[in-house]
Amino acid sequence: MSSDTRPLKAASRTRQAIGYVLLCLVALAFMSPLIYMVATSLKPEADTFTTPPTLWGSELRWQNFADVFSYLPFQRFILNGVFVAAVGTAINVMVAAFSGYAFSRLRWRGRNAVFILFLATLMIPQDVLIIPMYVMMQNFGWVDTFQALIIPWAFTALGAFLLRQFFLTVPQELDDAARADGAGTVRTFIAVMLPLARPTLAVLAVFTFISYWNSFLWPLVVVNDVNARATIPLGLQAFFGQQGTQWSLVMAASVISMLPTVILLILLQKHLVRGIVTSGLGGR
Amino acid sequence: MTESVSQPPPASMSVVPPGAAVAPGAASAVPVTGAGAADVVVAAREGPKHKKAGREPGERSGRRQIGRRSWWGAVFATPHSLGLAIFTVVPIVASLVVSFMNWPMLGEHSWTGLDNYRKLFSDQTFWIVARNTVEYVVLYVPLNLVVSLGLAAWLTPRIRHRHIFRVLFFIPTITPLVANVVVWRMLYQPDGFIDATMQSTIGVNAPNFLADGTWAMFAVVAMSVWAGFGYNMLIFSAALDAVPDNQLEAAQIDGASAWQVFWRIKFPAISPSIFFATMMTLITSFQVFTQPFLLTKGGPGTETETLVQYIYNTGFQTQQLGLASAGAWVLFVIILGITAVQFLGQKRWVHYE
Repeated sequence: MSSDTRPLKAASRTRQAIGYVLLCLVALAFMSPLIYMVATSLKPEADTFTTPPTLWGSELRWQNFADVFSYLPFQRFILNGVFVAAVGTAINVMVAAFSGYAFSRLRWRGRNAVFILFLATLMIPQDVLIIPMYVMMQNFGWVDTFQALIIPWAFTALGAFLLRQFFLTVPQELDDAARADGAGTVRTFIAVMLPLARPTLAVLAVFTFISYWNSFLWPLVVVNDVNARATIPLGLQAFFGQQGTQWSLVMAASVISMLPTVILLILLQKHLVRGIVTSGLGGR
Repeated sequence: MTESVSQPPPASMSVVPPGAAVAPGAASAVPVTGAGAADVVVAAREGPKHKKAGREPGERSGRRQIGRRSWWGAVFATPHSLGLAIFTVVPIVASLVVSFMNWPMLGEHSWTGLDNYRKLFSDQTFWIVARNTVEYVVLYVPLNLVVSLGLAAWLTPRIRHRHIFRVLFFIPTITPLVANVVVWRMLYQPDGFIDATMQSTIGVNAPNFLADGTWAMFAVVAMSVWAGFGYNMLIFSAALDAVPDNQLEAAQIDGASAWQVFWRIKFPAISPSIFFATMMTLITSFQVFTQPFLLTKGGPGTETETLVQYIYNTGFQTQQLGLASAGAWVLFVIILGITAVQFLGQKRWVHYE
């Protein structure tokens, strides 16, 4: 290392450090709404609006979280959310695994035509469908039921493409080996292909789960009995409508609503990033 | 004036063979970071072509191996196809039919031809919400792209703990939008976080963001950008990581500044991602609903009411499902238009390496 590069390096290191501090400040500013949310959720109601804004109230009031549950059945909303998302995800992942396999490694009459139809449906946004979907639910007698929350969105086409993409990468030798051992199409699929596809299935499952968990417009339309059938977003909106002036409780309810998704994000960040980057899942 | 007529179309790009443009998503075995959101759509759309060209490894050997057709494929695809047919194809066709009918929530339905569309286009509120929606899109999409691209460029692999920053910026895209909105209601509130901060630092009251017609839309947009940009940031960040090192090194040896490296090398290299992200963000932002619905209820007045809220209100408040379907179809046509632009544009003006 020659002596004249040293000051230069030091200068660039200082600049880097300044840049890093700046980045941390940006991140802090970005996080401030969420920090403020958590702080407010732990304040006594009387301390929520202060000038200047403070991080701590006169006490840490964990009781707020318990109070949320006494106003509206949030435990019910959480259970409903888990139930609706889990069943919807299970259906979606299952049908997508089968169709993705059919579109990639099986040959059958009409495959391309059906595949193009699948593609076309990707262009149709859910919001455009809510009116006819509601009419359909009326005809099925499904208005204000769990199946109305689950079934209509359990067949979205995206999973088929994700799985198709994956199956196309599996070497043919594996099929050959399975066949040589006497396995038919179904056994090859279940015993060989599905286990291989586990990571892709996991990515699809996480995104499907989250999109059910966060869905708002459709539950707003199709659920009448909020206390019995609301999922988290609808329940939170109802709570806000009821207790909108008690901000510490509203913030506690928001924390409760966000927590599961944040935990999923922290635990599964690698899967999530992969899903987004390779296939554009979860776009908003 | 003549100048604009003689302006050459960006034909230089159209020499890129279409196959090259879509190769990333369709055929590759490794995760491809280039194309981003529309990858799947495009890849799949071009799927049959690839098959003919025999580019997919599985497909090529598949032809050798499973030479004969069997009915298993149709069986495997049936559950998904049936579900899609019942819950997507039927409703979209039905909504077109309903849009030509008088269809109250309860009571008799009757054929009315183009009446709903006539009513829609002569409804002043419809034009107001259409303008609001465009206003939102025009503000939101560029802001989202600038913020997400800027942060993605900032978060180079050399930044320590960059994955932590990435996760932080991504949090609001994954938390329930309703919860995000509720939090921002409190920030925007008079005496809320923003107002209190301004009072205590510069001694001035903040405007009543959500009740003030000049601020409401900006408030909705700012909240939406905060909640939404993390997604594009991730896509751009991954695309930037995929820019070949040798190009960057060559530029650095030539003494290019970081600024020059970004605009001359990185930006063109990730232009496919930027293009797709733009189109996807456009499509989703035309459907904006939750943020204005919960922040302002579309107010003050109809200042922030959007197309989807109009559809929701006509459908489920005034219960004219026919008119609401007509509105939904207008939205659908807009989205189809963007999709068409995307389809054409990917071949024309995106610089593919």
